[in-house]
Order: sequence, then C-alpha cells, then structure tokens
Amino acid sequence: MRKTSLLFAIAMAILMVLPAFLDKYLLGIFFMIFFYAYLGQAWNVLTGYTGHISLGHSLYVGMGAYVSTFLAMKYGLSPWIGMWAGGIIAAITGLVIGFLGFRFGLRGVYFVILTIAFAEITRLVVCHVPALGGFAGIFLDFKPSFWNLQFRSNESYYYVGLGFMVASALVVRALEKSRIGKFMIAVREDETAAEALGVNAFKYSMIAIALSAFMSALAGTLYANYIFYISPNTVMGMGLSIELILRPIVGGMGTVLGPIVGSFLLTPLSEISRAYFARGGLEGLHLILYGVLAILVVLFMREGILVYLERFWRRFVRE
Amino acid sequence: MGLLVVENLSKSFGGLRAVSGLSFEVEEGEILGLIGPNGAGKTTVFNCLTGFLPSDDGSIVFRERSIKGLKPHEICALGIARTFQIVRPFLNLTVLDNLMIGAMLREKSMTLARKKAEEVLELVGLTKVGNQRAAGLPLPMRKRLELGRALCTGPSLLLLDEVMGGLNPKEVEEIVGLLKEVNGKGVAILLIEHVMKGVMALSHRVVVMNYGQKIAEGSPQEVVRDPNVVQAYLGREFADAGS
Repeated sequence: MRKTSLLFAIAMAILMVLPAFLDKYLLGIFFMIFFYAYLGQAWNVLTGYTGHISLGHSLYVGMGAYVSTFLAMKYGLSPWIGMWAGGIIAAITGLVIGFLGFRFGLRGVYFVILTIAFAEITRLVVCHVPALGGFAGIFLDFKPSFWNLQFRSNESYYYVGLGFMVASALVVRALEKSRIGKFMIAVREDETAAEALGVNAFKYSMIAIALSAFMSALAGTLYANYIFYISPNTVMGMGLSIELILRPIVGGMGTVLGPIVGSFLLTPLSEISRAYFARGGLEGLHLILYGVLAILVVLFMREGILVYLERFWRRFVRE
Repeated sequence: MGLLVVENLSKSFGGLRAVSGLSFEVEEGEILGLIGPNGAGKTTVFNCLTGFLPSDDGSIVFRERSIKGLKPHEICALGIARTFQIVRPFLNLTVLDNLMIGAMLREKSMTLARKKAEEVLELVGLTKVGNQRAAGLPLPMRKRLELGRALCTGPSLLLLDEVMGGLNPKEVEEIVGLLKEVNGKGVAILLIEHVMKGVMALSHRVVVMNYGQKIAEGSPQEVVRDPNVVQAYLGREFADAGS
C-alpha cells in the first residue's frame, strides 16, 4: 500500500516538472492523454464499475461543450461555472436514459441501443438549431484568462488537463472503496444476486449514470475551450463515443488506473501516427493501426493491459 | 400467527399453472422442508416469496405485514434472505468481499461490515479462502459462500434452494450441522431440498408439493409414509406395494 503511494508521488512529481522539457506539440499530446484518461474514467463509472454498457457518452460531452459555450458567448458566464450547468443538465439526461433503461429492464445490447439512440437524436436536433450554430457548429471567442478557461500556452492546458485526470482518479478511487461503489460492483457482477442481498440495483445504477454523465460533460467544456470550435459531429458524434471507450477497455475496465494506462498507450499512438501517416499522404491509416491494436487487446488481453503490468510490477518488485 | 403466512398463492406461466392455491405457514424459529418432484413449483414459490416473480393471486404475509408486490431488495431488508439453486457468486470479488456486500445491508460502517463478514466466513468455514477470488472456488465451497452471503444480511427467515445438491454425504452432514447452528440462533428456515437425508435430519415439518399444489404436510416421518407422497415420488406401484 505504501509502495503504491510512493509510486503515485513519484509519478505526480515527474508529471509536474515534465512541461519544462516539452515543446508545444508534445504538451498538446499530453493534454489529449489527460483529456481521454479523464473521459475514460467518467465512462468507467457506468460501464466499468456498474456494468451498463454505454455507446452514447458523446451525448454528455456534447451537452457540456454546448451548454457552457452557449452561456459563455451569450451571457459571458465563466466556463468554470458553465460546466456545472452543463454537468447538471447531462446528469438529468443520464437519469432519464437510466430510468428508461433500468426501470424497464433493458439490458445488454438493448441498453446500448438506447444510449446510441439518445446521442444520435440529440446530435441531429442540435444540427438543426440555428442558435447553436447548426451543422456548422460554433467558433469560440478567444479571450485568454484563467477565469475563461482559455490560455495562450499549452503548458496551462497541460496542468488543467492533469488536474482533471488526477481529480477523476481520486474520485473513482474513493468511490471504489465506498459503500456505493461496492454496491455498484455487485450490480455489475450479478444484478439478481445483488438484489437478493438487499442491494437496490436501480438506485445504484441511477447514481452511476448521473455521476458518469456529469463527469463527461465537464470534459466537453474543457475540450471546447481547448479546440475553440465545437460542432455536433465532433462533440456529439458516434466517433467520439467509440474513441472514449477504447482507452478504459485497452487499459482495463473497472479499475482506476485502466483508463490512464490506456490513454498513455493509445493517445500518443493515435496522435503521432495520424501526423506521421498524413505527412506521407496516407491519411486514415492510423485508424487501421488503431483498430488492429484494439482487436488484439480484446482477443488476447480481455482484462486489459493493466493486469499484465501489475503482474510484471509484482515480479519486478520481488526480485 | 406464524412468521410467514402464505395463503392461496398462485402463479401461471401462460397456460401452465406452476403454483396453484398453495397455503402454508412458517413459524418463528422453525425449519420447514419444502419437497416435491422436479417441476412441482418449489423454486417458483421461492421466486414469488422473494419478489423476483409477481404472483397472480393469494397473499404473502411476513411478520403480519403483506410483502406482496415488494421488490427483492425490500424483502431482503425486511429480513427474508434467499440462496439460488444455481449459485450466483460475484465471481471477480474475493470471498470476503462477497460476504461484505451482504453485510453492508445492515452495517453502514465498512469496518463493522467487514467484522460481520469475517464472523460469517468463520461460521461457514471459508476463512482459509477469504482472500481468494470466488471464481476459483469449487462447487461445495460456492454453496457455502451462497449460504454465508445470505446469512450476512441478518435474516430472520432463510430460504434455501437446494444448498445440499451436488454435495457428497460428508459435505451434506457438515451443512446439516451448520444449518442446525444457524437455526439455533433463532433463524427460521424454509428449505427446498432433494437430499432426503438432509430434509429428514433438519425439518421440524415438511410440506410436499406436486403439480403446483400441496399434497401433504406434517412431520418428516409422517409425510414419507403418506401414500400420495410415495406415489408422487416413486409411482403408483410403489405406493400400492407400501400400503
């Protein structure tokens, strides 16, 4: 246990001083690593810990992005406050989806379809709302300040991203140890057995989806103020929904470190190979590489890479 | 009035009347055996009592309070715990964590829940494997885990669905001893069982079901001599030969 804390402290120290040695491009890659680790952690709460598979999480990301951006541009509200509004709206939406799914016994692929349907319908609706920029989306005004969550240097984004990732890991770590978290895990393992032991599966599934949606929405606000452009297809599309689940799956679902390990592996791979292949005129090839890796993990490392890393670590430490 | 009073319970699946007009009572501190041939409707009774299936008709009263229409977790919270015939351990959790899920129903503090789980771990004889994942346990131990998890919820009535099925005679004897100990602490037990040795050793009374109906009720010695029961289990010739 003490060894884990020590390792955590060392990792944090390295990540804190690292920006001094990174250029703008690498800082950007690190920001994306933190961003996807955070988002993967949010998804992990619902799917990794509670066992309800969502393939429509971009819905919540998009809501966070649109709500905070709309409030900032129309009323000059700080994204730091706007993200709470987005988070709460996303959580309520999550509760509606959860109610339909959990109350009426939609499980497995049927629940998956429900999550996709809500995300796609919302995306299409936003495409046709002029106030939200329609298909074309919204370009954000650039007014750099901490209060506006907008920065001139990628170094600032690096630290904000790091903060998000670490905070989400601490929240999920605390959840995992708590009564609520244990009941969520019981629901994932066997909902019928959990019910028979007095666990209100509906209640804990609802808590999970609300928390997961809330966390995802905050990521949307962060993303909007990093890219300065949001559109229904980028922040609410199927592409993002798939992208954000790959890291926790590859790293290890239902673990705190899984989304982080997965993101450190996949995000650089995705960013660097995209740039590399695009330079050689092979745009899109990185997606194939990416797909192959995902297939390999699913076929040969069902429980995620983390399990193997842990085994390696244990052997390494013992020797 | 009994601890659990079931009156005129009925449940159909389409045209099949799995349980029809069944009435019985479980007294405080009693062990009641519920036996009958395969397909007699025993497990359906359990599912209706514990809220996993809605019953079509009849009343279920526990501690003078109707529990019909309540959700499984609400019924468990009132003090009725059950096990499943096909055991359902939380495979990826340790044996101790499995028990803790049950214990957390009444113990709000994790420390107290752990303490309770450790006590039950000792009681069901799984202390040695407490830190192992449930996925690694052989069937006899899984049956004990299933029983232990139900006990952790602090029930006053325990519904056991074939906890002795698939066990060898020595293991059956151990479970019988364990259940006597549990019953000695004042927990009433409703026992579905095919292992007759276990039923005879434990039950204060036995209810026999066939085709969803009660065909006999009485002490274990009485019911095994009942021609209707013998016929249901073994066929008409045996019943005739016996009388």
